[in-house]
Formats: sequence, C-alpha cells, structure tokens
Amino acid sequence: MSRHSAGTGPGRGAKDSEENGSAGPPPRRKRVVLADSRAPVTVLRTVVELEEQTSYGEELVRGFIRVQLWTAVRLGAIVVFLLGGLPVLFFFIPAIADVTLAGVRLPWLLLGVAPFPVLFGIGYWYNVLAERHERDFVDMVEK
Amino acid sequence: MSGTAVEVNLWAVAGILLVAVVTFYVGFRSSRMASTTQDFLVARRTVRSRRNAAAVSGEYLSAASFLGVAGLVLKDGVDALWYPIGFTAGYLALMLFVAAPLRRSGAYTLPDFVEARLGSTGLRKLATGFVIIIGVLYLLPQLQSAGLVVSRIMPVPTWVGTVVVVIVVVVNVLGGGMRAITVVQAFQYWLKLFAIAAPTFIMCALFIGGGGAGPRGEATLTAESPPVFYEETTVRIDTPVRLQIKQDVWLWADGTVDGAPAHGSTFWSALRREVRVEAGTTLKFPPTAVVPSIVGATPDNASWVKPNPDGASDLFTTYSLIFATFLGTMGLPHVLVRFYTNPDGKAARRTTLHVMLLLALFYLFPMILGALSRIYVPELLVTGRTDAAVTALPQKLVPGVAGDILGAVTAAGAFAAFLSTSSGLVVSVSGVLSTDVLRGRVRDFRWAAIIAGAIPLGLAFVLRPNDVSLSIGVTFALAASTFCPVLVLGIWWRKLTWVGAGAGMIVGGGLVIAAIVVDVVSRYTGDWAPGFVRQPALITVPIAFIVVLVVSKATHRRLPGDTSRTLLRMHAPDPLGFIRDRDVARFGTAEERARLADGRHRR
Repeated sequence: MSRHSAGTGPGRGAKDSEENGSAGPPPRRKRVVLADSRAPVTVLRTVVELEEQTSYGEELVRGFIRVQLWTAVRLGAIVVFLLGGLPVLFFFIPAIADVTLAGVRLPWLLLGVAPFPVLFGIGYWYNVLAERHERDFVDMVEK
Repeated sequence: MSGTAVEVNLWAVAGILLVAVVTFYVGFRSSRMASTTQDFLVARRTVRSRRNAAAVSGEYLSAASFLGVAGLVLKDGVDALWYPIGFTAGYLALMLFVAAPLRRSGAYTLPDFVEARLGSTGLRKLATGFVIIIGVLYLLPQLQSAGLVVSRIMPVPTWVGTVVVVIVVVVNVLGGGMRAITVVQAFQYWLKLFAIAAPTFIMCALFIGGGGAGPRGEATLTAESPPVFYEETTVRIDTPVRLQIKQDVWLWADGTVDGAPAHGSTFWSALRREVRVEAGTTLKFPPTAVVPSIVGATPDNASWVKPNPDGASDLFTTYSLIFATFLGTMGLPHVLVRFYTNPDGKAARRTTLHVMLLLALFYLFPMILGALSRIYVPELLVTGRTDAAVTALPQKLVPGVAGDILGAVTAAGAFAAFLSTSSGLVVSVSGVLSTDVLRGRVRDFRWAAIIAGAIPLGLAFVLRPNDVSLSIGVTFALAASTFCPVLVLGIWWRKLTWVGAGAGMIVGGGLVIAAIVVDVVSRYTGDWAPGFVRQPALITVPIAFIVVLVVSKATHRRLPGDTSRTLLRMHAPDPLGFIRDRDVARFGTAEERARLADGRHRR
C-alpha cells in the first residue's frame, strides 16, 4: 500500500514534466497504482489470511464450520425425533392403528404422506439457513 | 391373464422397445459432444441444478422404488412405507452433512475424495474396492428384476431381460459416458413418473367409481381375514415356496406338495400351519378361497394395516432400515458422482432439495398400487413374486385392451428404472475402475464399462433372486457402514486420520459383507439366520463410527498436514473462490485440457 506511493506520487510527476519538457510536447504521464487503498485491499488481506492459515483466519474458519455443523445437527435431530419417534409410538400405543381419518388408517397417513412435507420443509429451512450463514461469512470477510 | 400361461403382451413389448430406442437416441444425440475424459466422468461439472435434480432422481428411482416398494406394501403392509421414507430422508442427510462440502472438495469420485482429504493412496484403493462392491450389489437386483418383468410379458426365460438391460446400458455408456447419461437420466425421471402416475390415477378412478373388475370398496382390506381370491385363479409355482395356512382352504393342485405328489382336489387345513410346494406345481383356487401367503409375508389383513405386527423384532428391523437408508444414500457411488457435476456447493445443496421434492412426488404412487394389489393380485403372495405387483395389477383391475395398455406403460416405466439406475451404476463403477485400476484414458473407460456390466451379469445368473427392496436395503447398509463415517467425519472432524478411516471401512464393510454371506447361505439351507442379518445397519453403522473415532484418536500422529487447507476449501462459501477442482493432469491429452479451459455450459 505504501511502497509504491513514495516514488511516483502525482505531485512529483507533474514537476518532473515541467523541468525537462524542452523538446516538443511532453509525454503524458500516467499514474500507476498497484493497489487501490479502498475496500479490495482488505478483501485480499482477509482472504490471504484465510489461505495462509494465520491464527485469526483459522479461528474464523473454525467458527464458521461450527455454525454450519450445528445448524445441520439441530435440523437432523428434529427429523430423527419426528420420524424416529413413530415406530416407538406405534409400538407402545397400538390403538393408533385403529384410528381412521377420511377412510384411511392413521398409520398409513403418518407414514405414507406426512413425512414427505416434513422432510422437504426441513431441507428448505436448512438451505435458507446455510445460505444465510455463508452470506454472513462472506460479508464479514469482505468488510 | 392368469398366473400360468404367459401370453405375449405386444403393447408392453412395444413400450419397452420404445424406451430402449428413445434412451439410445437421447444418449446418442448428446454424446456427439462428449469427447474429453471430463465429459465422460463428470459432464464437465456444468450441469444445472434443476436438470441435475431430475437426473439424480431418475438415476435413483431404481427397480427397488418402481417395483419393490409396491411389492413390499403388498406383502408387509404399512411397515413397508419406511422404505420410501428412508429413500427420501437419505437425501436430507446428504444435504445436511455432505452435499456442499463434498462438491467444493473438487474430487471426482469417492476414492478421489478420500485421497484428497486424507492423502493416502492405500486408502484410495480400499475405497475403490468398496465402490465396486456396492455398485455390483446394487446392479444385481436391477438385472434380476429386469428378467422378471420381461419374462412376464413374453414367453422367454428370465435371463433374456437381464442380458437386454446390460447390453443397452453398456452400449449407451460406451457412447457418451456421463454427459449422455445426464440427459438420459433427467428424461427417464419424467418417464417413470408418468409411467406410474397415469396408471395409478386411472386405476384409482376405476376402483373408487366401481368401473373396474372384481371387488369394490376398501372394506376388503380392513376385514380381519386374510385376503381372498375374488375369481378363480391359477397359480404356477416356479421356485419352491413355503406357504402359511391360516384358514382352511380347498384347492386343486397338480405337482408336488409337502414332498408327496398331489393331483386333483386338495384340502389344506389350518392345523397344518405350513405347506411346502415344489417348483413346477400348478395350484387352482376357487373364488372366495383364502390366500395362503408365503412364509415371511403378513398373512391376514388385520395385521397388514397395522404397524409392527410381530413386536420387538419388527421394531429392530424398522430402525435398522431407517438407519441404513438415512445414512446409506450418501455413500452410494452413483448418487455421489452426480453431485460432482454441480457447478458449486450452493448448487449442490439446491439440487438435493429439488431431488427430495421429485422423490416425494413419485413415492405416493407405489404405495397406492401396493394397497390395490392386495385386493386384485393376491396370487403374488402365493408365488412370492410380489415385485411383479406393479406390472401385473393393471391387467387384473382394468378389463380388456385398456388393461394391456396400462400394463405396458408400467412395464415400460419399470424398464426405464432398470436402464437409468444401471447406467448410473455402470458409469460410476467404470469411472472408478478406469481411473484407479486402469490408466484413465477414454479407451480405458470403455473397457471398464464392459467389465462393470459383465461382473453383475454373471452374478445375476448364479444367485437366487430375492425381493428387490430387501437386497437394496443391504446395499444401503453396506454404504452406510463404509462411506458414511468417512464422509461425515472427513468433512466435519479435523482429527480424522487415514488409519482410522481405513479401519472403520474394513470393520463396518466386513461386518455387512459377513451378514450378506450368512444370509445367502441360510436362504439356501433353510432360513436359519436371525432377523438382524437381513438388515444389520443398526449394529454395523455405530460400530464403524466408533472404530473410526477410536483409531483416529489413537493414531493422531498420522494427521495429514494440510487438513486445515482442505477443510477451508470444503467449507468456505463459493464466492470466496476457494473451490478448486482437483488436478486432473493425468487424465486426457494436452488438447483435451485446453478445450476444458473454455468449458462453458453446453447441452
């Protein structure tokens, strides 16, 4: 950032062209900038920090992985609880099998129809959460 | 049509031919563009998520889903519904724990992932071995049920259908590899959905409206008694069966029953409990006779509508099945190889979500067909060929030509199921074979495809067919006990070592393979094996996880040095640009790689 600004600052460049501008029209000087001092520099720095596994970058990644894992585990636990509970429920309360809903026995509805919207809903929810976490992480890194 | 004489159903033959020809055509059209090794292996990783989802579902809906689920509902009742639930929930587990990181790891195949994460070529070889075993085990029931379906619509021996499927698949794979297969699979999902949905709608309308043949109303299903034949039915026994007799039944028999020759009118008393009928016997049941079902099926309708009729052992089987399917899907090589064709991790997740929607849509129909076939084709309970329910039902329920046409539609759909799943399996097995065992050139891929088709073909002739979904269940158990621990822990746990992963795979896989061997031996020698051998996942998967954890802890000095970098690459969100496809320098020529550089999406 500071390395290149010392030698070829715009002010000095203008003075030079006035001093030896005797022969013909002076060639236009261009300002050469290696890196803009605004946002992109920090992006690079954090990304580089992630890549080089500095303790800061490492901690960021670990935290992010932990968040994603916990989201997945929690949603997985909900599914395991909802679906995994059904066989036990049927086993200990066999009377459920005699309940009829709209002409169909309740277990058939609970196993044949109900699980699919639940599975899709949980999947959709995870997708939203995971993408949000990823966006947050990218925002944090790019800030 | 009765169970004895097989007449040629020309509609069904035409339907199957049409499926084969269209598969060829779609594959050929898109394979003209496939020329590089990447095309062959992963369709250049540029398949869009919606089409990819249809392709994943098309590949996944195998004979087990198309035929097996309905067959098991017919046989076991409401408990069989755990199969479609597990088949779908497996994708949720895949999405939660594996999909996006696996895609970002940039590996080509499962062995490739294992090597990328743990840096051991020995482990890679082990994984290659298991991919091939799982692939072959999964192919086997596809081929066997292809034989079953073809032998039901044409008077040919069962091996004909098996051979036809292998030839169509191998030729198609030889033509274009993964790229062609993607389009073919997506097409076949919609074909299968149509082939099961349209007949179901029509038959339901007839059943409810009372336009079909046979009995009406669901009263017949909720009656306490076993199912009954509603018309005179002739049943031919092709493989020896043991039948359970719950109520007295008068019938006409010609052949060998309980070791003694039987000709003419016979009486089976409920006191005999069990009757053994030899192959080649013909049984004729009068109308309203009670159906004697094979040992292992749920004999009476009262327990058929209820979950867990046999108490605790059923509970174990149910949980074991849930375990196997929930965790096994992520370890199926032909499913995983599809995820490598997504452009990035986010797309991989979205694809999975889409897949769950498509699968849920599909699985409604086999359930309904299974329940209907309990009323209309109870003779399948006598022969034990319950997998034929979907293809046999339309001709019984819908009279005349319409029934033949609907039967043809379901047969064509079943054929599409064999073709798509077998294609996916042959592609993934031969992908692994060609890169890990052979030298990874396009020519090697072609040889590998031939080998991958030939091995299961040979086994299909040797081994006795079992219920499709049951044998698929064991394959899921194997996948869940080998690849699931390695994938999940490899993605989320830093301390995994290659020694731990290898030990887990060997122990978990070894246990399941031992269970399979015991089961096969016991089926030839009188069914003495305990129930958990049929579905061992509830025991083997936790053992595999524990072995991986313990051995990894014990060998923590062998941690791969670049674990942090690999994990970063797998988990960093896509926009940060850490995703890097593994170097494939050893695949293909310089010219091929140059062409990859401008690899935009082409159809």
